[in-house]
Amino acid sequence: MKKFSLLSTRAGAVFLAPAAALVGVFVIIPFFWVIVVSFTNRTLLGRTAVDPDFVGLQNYFTLFNPATFFTRGQFGFSLILTVQFVIFSALIGQALLGLILAWLSQSVSPTLKNFLQTAVIAAWILPEVVIGFAWFAFLDYDNGTLNMIMRSLGLPPGDWLLQQPFWVIVIFNTWRGAAFSMMLFNSAFQSIPPSYFQAADVAGASSWQKLRDIALPLIRGHVVTDLILITMWTFNVFTPFLLTNGGPSYRTELLSIYTYRVAFKDFEFGRGAAVGVVIMLINLAFALIYLQIAKKKKAEAE
Amino acid sequence: MRKSIRSLLLGASAAIALSSQAMAATELNITCRCVIGGVNSGMAEWIEKKVIPAFTAKMKAEGKDVAVKLTQFGGADEQLTQQLALDFSSGAGADVSGFDGFLIPSFVQGGLLKPLDEIGGPDVAKWDGWSHISDGTKALMSYQGKPYGIALGTDARMIFVRKDLFKKAGLDADSWQPKSWAELLDAARKLKAADPASFPLQLNAGVSMGEATTMQGYWMALLGTGEQVTDESGKYIVSSQGILDTLKLYKTVYVDDKLGDQRAQMLGDGRNRTFANFRDGKTAMLIESDWFYRSVTRPGAEFAVADRDNTMTWKKMPSEKPGRGLRGQDFVTISGGTGFVINPHTDAPKEAWALLSFMNSQEQLTAFQEIQPAIRIRNDVAIPNSPFLTETAKTLLPFTTARPNDANYNKVSAEIQRMTEAVVSGELTPEAAMKQYKEAVTAIVGEKNTISRL
Repeated sequence: MKKFSLLSTRAGAVFLAPAAALVGVFVIIPFFWVIVVSFTNRTLLGRTAVDPDFVGLQNYFTLFNPATFFTRGQFGFSLILTVQFVIFSALIGQALLGLILAWLSQSVSPTLKNFLQTAVIAAWILPEVVIGFAWFAFLDYDNGTLNMIMRSLGLPPGDWLLQQPFWVIVIFNTWRGAAFSMMLFNSAFQSIPPSYFQAADVAGASSWQKLRDIALPLIRGHVVTDLILITMWTFNVFTPFLLTNGGPSYRTELLSIYTYRVAFKDFEFGRGAAVGVVIMLINLAFALIYLQIAKKKKAEAE
Repeated sequence: MRKSIRSLLLGASAAIALSSQAMAATELNITCRCVIGGVNSGMAEWIEKKVIPAFTAKMKAEGKDVAVKLTQFGGADEQLTQQLALDFSSGAGADVSGFDGFLIPSFVQGGLLKPLDEIGGPDVAKWDGWSHISDGTKALMSYQGKPYGIALGTDARMIFVRKDLFKKAGLDADSWQPKSWAELLDAARKLKAADPASFPLQLNAGVSMGEATTMQGYWMALLGTGEQVTDESGKYIVSSQGILDTLKLYKTVYVDDKLGDQRAQMLGDGRNRTFANFRDGKTAMLIESDWFYRSVTRPGAEFAVADRDNTMTWKKMPSEKPGRGLRGQDFVTISGGTGFVINPHTDAPKEAWALLSFMNSQEQLTAFQEIQPAIRIRNDVAIPNSPFLTETAKTLLPFTTARPNDANYNKVSAEIQRMTEAVVSGELTPEAAMKQYKEAVTAIVGEKNTISRL
């Protein structure tokens, strides 16, 4: 294929320069700066703020120190918690709920379908702070809506945010993010020729059989894309902080919240940067898998 | 690279400074954890209604056009600290800021604060106010002999008591003065028996209350065991009978006997919940500084106690057993001091100092007394006719203590808060929590700066 260009290379470079400068100043330099800082014991307060020492890999060793790795409030605990959070709220919660909603909306009346989708998408597009506050008010022990419902049904009220903090953020994130999976699966289902389903109907197939034997095999690629994308997002999500502050006693301290605490509440820039680098590597792995699959799909399409 | 960023920032702030000088008025910003009608309402009112108009008029008389703006900060103490640390490190922030004295060492070592005379120049030494401030109160905002700010005054901690609830439990609050923890717990148990839904005793614990946990809770108990956070040589005590006894007291109050509101120690807005408990008659004994009387429960404030003069009184905090407290004392208390510092990056250092010194002039502190009486740092500002203040100062200040003036204290304090939370939430036994504390503190200050007494 012959290359065709509107501009000379030089002119192109001139047009690219402002963007490249911005990316350089705000993305590339900080990227390397974080790596440099992660090898020091730099803090914001105290002696090491003015005069940090080079400590080599010590920050990384501290993070992976087996003696404290699994202690609550330490890196390992947060990492494992985040993995559990991703499995329950994204892979099971969001993907499954999104799939069910998308499948159901194939067969309900258009009015109901519109209502359903508007409600689900509203949960997705509302600003985080608004959502966080609404959920906080919903779950409050004394005056929360949920406990009011529980009491009016004669059930004992629950101290949700203190006693079940992990499941609270799992359900919260499922509710919050199901819209994306629903929309993605929705359009995937619509790409399947209706004649397949009509033929199945004639043969007397149930809805479950149609989903299992026709729809799912045909949208396999979409499912993988969806799972990888929501895994990446959920891995980095910070919104549960608005509900629980990472507490009580670090029980909901996801990796993103842990990084925030170490770097901007304890002001341990060195250690915080080390956590940042580790998270960056994990995200890089996800991104590579995603790109690999996308490439494969493209190759298949051609 | 750090240097180049700094010079860039300096350049930018210089440019801003130049352009602001081009405009006629010098703009000064002042901030504190104070909100009219909210937390520390009196302070906000004083600055807004007394200090700013008088200061602007005074500067105008000297031929300077200065506009002062108060930014009312409504968040928690720790959030203001976080904000100031980030502001001061990036050259931003208000010119004059409310500040807790115990943070001075860590901020100074981090290069985030400068001595007053370095910022304000020769005017600082010439200020006539210094001769009216004792060295002890000057030290509240000083580090290594140099003042970095001026404290508004000092405080002391005690048990605030609701007489009406005592009466309901068949106790006479007026004649009651616990002489040991056992007597304190005994009264709490009786109050709990009289009203099983109540939380008779509030001893601050947990991470979310921040330094209020360390000062009002942990220190007040620990001092009663004869110990402090550091020993005489400044080494951090990381394992001792005193720490264990303190944690066991927490466990009795919050886990075993449920004498305190466990949830309030763990929730983000917990401290306000404990104030509300006291206001609503759910808590009969609450350990706090005199600030609780001066500001929190003041008539008209959010947590005002109805008919305060007849329902509320105060008691000294007892040692674990008589004579077992610090220096062999029967009773213990601890003092701190908050005041104002000048932002080292201020565009108008001379005016900022003029504002800070003006706030601490005899005239302005006297005006503050009318809004919120307290014991002020200047010996020429009269203590208003307030029996509470005179009595507490006379009784408590002679045996008070202060926190270590050490740059690592702030971080150790955070570990103390974590340790208490682990115990009151029922997660860890006192022994296990102390072990975790030992590991954490050793990692912060290094093994050679710690000492184990067990």
